[in-house]
Amino acid sequence: MTELPNSTDRKMGLVIDLDTCVGCHACVISCKGWNTENYGAPLSDQDPYGSDPSGTFLNRVHSFEVQPQACGTQPAPAAQLTHFPKSCLHCEDAPCVTVCPTGASYKRVEDGIVLVNESDCIGCGLCAWSCPYGARELDLAAGVMKKCTLCVDRIYNENLEEIDRVPTCVRTCPAGARHFGDLGDADSDVSKLVAERGGFDLMPEMGTKPVNKYLPPRPKDQIEDQIDILAPLLAPVTGDAGGFMGWLDRALDKIPGGAN
Amino acid sequence: MHPAPSVIVFTTLSGLGFGLLIFLGLGLPDVTGMVAFVFFAIAYALAVGGLLASTFHLGHPERALKAFSQWKTSWLSREGCCAVGALVAMGLYGFGTVFLGTAWPLVGLIGALLSLATVFTTSMIYTQLKTIPRWNMPLTPALFLSFSLAGGALLAGQETVATVLLIIAGGVQLAYWVKGDQAFAASGTTLATATGLGNGGTVRAFEPPHTGTNYLLREFVHVVGRKHSQKLQVIGFALGFALPVLLLVLPFNGLMLKHIMAAVAVLSHLAGVACTRWLFFAEAEHVVGLYYGKR
Ligand code: SF4
Ligand code: SF4
Repeated sequence: MTELPNSTDRKMGLVIDLDTCVGCHACVISCKGWNTENYGAPLSDQDPYGSDPSGTFLNRVHSFEVQPQACGTQPAPAAQLTHFPKSCLHCEDAPCVTVCPTGASYKRVEDGIVLVNESDCIGCGLCAWSCPYGARELDLAAGVMKKCTLCVDRIYNENLEEIDRVPTCVRTCPAGARHFGDLGDADSDVSKLVAERGGFDLMPEMGTKPVNKYLPPRPKDQIEDQIDILAPLLAPVTGDAGGFMGWLDRALDKIPGGAN
Repeated sequence: MHPAPSVIVFTTLSGLGFGLLIFLGLGLPDVTGMVAFVFFAIAYALAVGGLLASTFHLGHPERALKAFSQWKTSWLSREGCCAVGALVAMGLYGFGTVFLGTAWPLVGLIGALLSLATVFTTSMIYTQLKTIPRWNMPLTPALFLSFSLAGGALLAGQETVATVLLIIAGGVQLAYWVKGDQAFAASGTTLATATGLGNGGTVRAFEPPHTGTNYLLREFVHVVGRKHSQKLQVIGFALGFALPVLLLVLPFNGLMLKHIMAAVAVLSHLAGVACTRWLFFAEAEHVVGLYYGKR
């Protein structure tokens, strides 16, 4: 049903650490793999080996460059690169749910996960229009809306080892940049992490109240004048060589085609 | 937004069709028999033709019946319910005028109100979307309603009313363009709020997530050149409003000439509205484009 629940028992979601993500896209691939082989219609590709490949993904990693403002202490600050994984944020006030005409999109009361019932979806695309984050993609082969399920078929799956009962992106991330847990419980590890690191919402002005949180990149160390502590020891002792070596140096310089 | 032909055809034709139904329901013109049949045939062809076109872009049109279920929250569902209600009520009213020679005013009034509600609900599908600032303003319903009423009056042969409504609709369109150009900036959404990285400096999209295109870019990112859009604005405004008004106020002698000019006015209006509707979609920018460094 497309009426949003007033509250959910738990708020399961992800915390993504923008400081730690190295931009390897491993989560993108494991997501595509798991969600093609398991719950719902597979994530199809169009023209995968041709000249214009495209396909459905539930998680994509952008890269942004942040150029700090020049100031007195740092007249020419270095730009900073941030890799930025983005998938459904399982919003509390999910506009994608209320716009759906069929009731295919819904938010679960028990854990707050936003899902699409694929057998009810008419593929009108309106939910994707209403999502500010580009978290929903209409699968061209299946004609239904696809989105992150928070790996609902893993997190409660008793056929899996306990360690694997987390979303596949979290399990796969080699840098430990993705964390999974109950953001409605102030004592959970993820909530503590958010509090400690100043986790924030994407586009808060949209009023979607995302459950997923992002942790900001930590401030970078300053690049000092002298980077290499060995450099002073390796400095040339004299500027201009004299004697035979000096003569040889000058003579070699005169030969046409030399390096200088 | 990608200006999908099916959606442009749908909103243009059905807006006009439901506009005509509004006037027919109010007994303007007060016709019966064969003449009424022609009027109703035109109105239904436009309204139903438009609705059918709108199903072409669905992934699963065979499940369309499910779309009537969520009227409590969904404007798209409400639109479906209002449209069916309007078509049923006006069908009943039309049956009375065409075959029995009697108009049931109450049925006509209900049909007219439901037709008006259909146009309003259509406009709210777009207006509700905060993600598309150019649509997310009160002028959007004003635009759809004034267009539908002006077109309906024109088709219904209500010359004086049509002239006034066309001038109003033209004015709303101009205001919509002026306001719309400022809407994205006024929404306050930027790449800085989208990424939360603004505190560190100026944020720039450095690398997209993939080398090819995807559903989001195809659906939401469509760039219209400034010059191109200005040209289309002039053409749309001239054909949609200026020319029809001119044809309505110029004194033509002879019934035949008058009818021909009315037909020209209708076709010109239709072409103009289609043109401005193309712009309505093509110029609308979705905030998700920010993540891709595009708008
Ligand atoms: S991120 Fe988008 S798809 Fe996910 S709940 Fe929020 S609005 Fe819906
Ligand atoms: S595409 Fe499917 S899930 Fe999305 S709004 Fe339409 S019917 Fe609902």
